[in-house]
Amino acid sequence: MKEKEIIFTDSSKLITESLVRAGADVFIGYPITPANLLYAYGERRFPIFFAAPDEITTLQWMSGFAVTGHLPVTATSFPGYALMIESVNMAYMMELPMVIVLIQRLGPATGTATCGAQGDLNVVNGTLSGGYPLPCLSMSTVSDCWELPQKALQMAADLRTPVVLLSSKEEVMTYRSIDMGALAEIQPVKRKAFSVKEPYLPYAPAENLVPEFRPVTQDEHQVRITASTHDQTGIIQNTTPAALGNTARLARKIRKNLDHYLYYDYDRQEGAKTLLITYGITTQAAIDAIRDYRESGKKASLLVMKTLLPVHSKYYEICNDYDHIIIAEENLEGELRKIMFGQADSPRVSGVNKIGQMIEPGEIIKALEDHE
Amino acid sequence: MSNIFINDQGLPFCKGCGHSTIANNTEKALAKLGLKPLDVILVTDIGCHGIIDKSFNTHTVHGLHGRSVALGAGISAGITNPDKKVIVFIGDGGATIGMQHIIDAAHNGYNMTVVIHNNMLYGMTGGQPSEYTPMGFKTPTKQAGSTKFSYDICKIVAAAGGTYVRRVMGIGDFSDALSEAFGRPGFSLVEVMEICPSYGVKSNPEMKLSKVVENAGLATEVIADLPAKHYVTDRREALPSLFSPSDVIPAQAGTRLQAETSTHGELRIMMCGSAGEGVQVAAELLARAGIRAGLQVTKKGSYPVTVGVGFSAAEVILSPEAINYTGTVTPDYMIITSRDGLDFGKKAAGRMKSGKIYLDESLESPVTGAEIIRFPFREKTGARNASFMGVFYFLHDTNLLPVEVMVNSFNENKISKKVSADQFLQLLSA
Ligand SMILES: Cc1ncc(C[n+]2csc(CCOP(=O)(O)OP(=O)(O)O)c2C)c(N)n1
Ligand code: SF4
Repeated sequence: MKEKEIIFTDSSKLITESLVRAGADVFIGYPITPANLLYAYGERRFPIFFAAPDEITTLQWMSGFAVTGHLPVTATSFPGYALMIESVNMAYMMELPMVIVLIQRLGPATGTATCGAQGDLNVVNGTLSGGYPLPCLSMSTVSDCWELPQKALQMAADLRTPVVLLSSKEEVMTYRSIDMGALAEIQPVKRKAFSVKEPYLPYAPAENLVPEFRPVTQDEHQVRITASTHDQTGIIQNTTPAALGNTARLARKIRKNLDHYLYYDYDRQEGAKTLLITYGITTQAAIDAIRDYRESGKKASLLVMKTLLPVHSKYYEICNDYDHIIIAEENLEGELRKIMFGQADSPRVSGVNKIGQMIEPGEIIKALEDHE
Repeated sequence: MSNIFINDQGLPFCKGCGHSTIANNTEKALAKLGLKPLDVILVTDIGCHGIIDKSFNTHTVHGLHGRSVALGAGISAGITNPDKKVIVFIGDGGATIGMQHIIDAAHNGYNMTVVIHNNMLYGMTGGQPSEYTPMGFKTPTKQAGSTKFSYDICKIVAAAGGTYVRRVMGIGDFSDALSEAFGRPGFSLVEVMEICPSYGVKSNPEMKLSKVVENAGLATEVIADLPAKHYVTDRREALPSLFSPSDVIPAQAGTRLQAETSTHGELRIMMCGSAGEGVQVAAELLARAGIRAGLQVTKKGSYPVTVGVGFSAAEVILSPEAINYTGTVTPDYMIITSRDGLDFGKKAAGRMKSGKIYLDESLESPVTGAEIIRFPFREKTGARNASFMGVFYFLHDTNLLPVEVMVNSFNENKISKKVSADQFLQLLSA
């Protein structure tokens, strides 16, 4: 057996290192707790690091870098993300690859910067005007913090879209002993080689509905990038069928390719009638809760969602096998619960919710017991 | 002569709009510099001027209202070929909402030229005043005329470090001014004073552009003309990994957690003290000692945002098995070394039904079910080292980990250059 190589690290470091190994080459940062470790590591590790004067500039600079062929990254928390939203819409419409690491903390507003939370899923889900799906992956374990950043970057590059990589304070600031030797190798993101098709139309989709990317740095083809409603030429149009078709394609390209980026852990127990669903920081408590619950001779399954948005149909297939579903998440009203199952109360779906403190395993066990 | 940069679809603006004059002068200026269309990346803002992109044969990038300068700065920073020219077209509206981006780009010296289409109002949205609308200038929504001075963006940009800054009247041929700016490496800006026939002229039928500009005290001249210098993006290749082999913590053979622990073998130790008294470092060293002893370990810190004052607390979990949940449950042990720490840790102490609390002798006992052990940590080693003393004392008393692993962990840290582990050990044997 290989000798263990135990190191003591926080997950911000894993995320940063993974992104760089995957080929992200630009980090634009604006300080905000609890994303500051990512900023600090980004400064040390990314080939190109820029300190932006604000988060709108952050996203604009990232977009500029993306237009020139780079793969940019930033890390922020809700107040910064809120400022970025119009620019995220722009990057989505322009079809620019980038990863936004969103570290959740207690809101609303400035809230408590030093307290973790899972309160931003609705914001991410509602980022795009028109309800278009913005991909969001969520890290739940140490190995996720190593492997998912690469996958987020791959998805961003493949689908030419911003991808939100969701985490929270406790996840990225807690130090853990980890076996460095057991970490999977991070493969560099492969970007599709440009295949010359004449005439070049900047927004003509390939078979997977993603247009081929050409940077503005080359001088063979004229590139037109725009955030206004446009057709395949990249020229602003009113609501012509061609332009509306192009805008609708933005949603279709994400959904069509989503299977390739579907990540979850499903710990199914034969005979269980209750499914516990969770994501992010609450996963750790859920794993402990399920273990203890099962040790007491009872049955429940656990689904940890990593590809959170758009919600993949596979999750509903899994849910169909259960009489009762409990969703545990560190927010007041159940953001994932409402995104998945709507606003109406349902006897079949309930939540374990809390703010200001991590959900405890005991609280999840109690919810499981309430539904026996 | 036929155009090189502008295609023959015709310009999209109202008759007589100054924006057309700027487009035509841009064509001329670029041709004078001998550039080819795809040498140029034209970034346009939102506003009437911004819909020009379809008329240009250059690369075109059309983004958000007010943000085009930041977008152009990102493009400029992302380009390695200095022969590429980034030009940003923005209105006085965009230059109002996005003024910081202009100042910032000038300050950083990005290689780009910003052309402000200053028609002194928001054209696209119906002629509302901007911060560039001169005193007395009427707009459809302010028929009595603006009551405040307009910005002098050229002075602002010159102060921020723009290398070439110039204001021109947007009438006739001003292509020399533009080519001077386009040809200059670094950040350049040309503010073109112009009129919007649809709103500006209608609201001010008696106006003459030159008079308005003069009355506003805006000099049409070169405001800054500095030697060319521009930002070059530093691309640092092959930076070392954040993880290095020297980060690996050696396991010391034969050691393991020697104690009854609470749930699933996890042992939770909470340290509470004051900022600047080594709480976080001491907790980390304890955690590293745990790793040396072959255990799995987590460590979290809590402190106010003002990190230099108030409490400082840390939670360490040691376990022979994988640790999942790291949230607050009841600690098995607490080490409380200061008043701030006691105030912060009281709640956790109150939850303890068993276990031990190592409490500085100067402090009163909290309400708890744990056994309280008092020791003059602060008095014996000074406030700065009280946390380290606390950890050594705790390990000595519980024998949970061999003291040697803690000594090794301690000696690895730079703190050992200031204070020696022996000092703590001697106090323990005393
Ligand atoms: C964030 C945001 N706020 C408001 C608008 C609406 N809007 C569109 S163009 C414009 C003003 C345009 O004025 P200016 O920049 O001077 O350009 P002009 O139309 O005069 O050429 C405004 C306010 C917008 N597009 N985005
Ligand atoms: S509304 Fe004014 S600024 Fe807009 S195109 Fe017409 S004249 Fe020009």
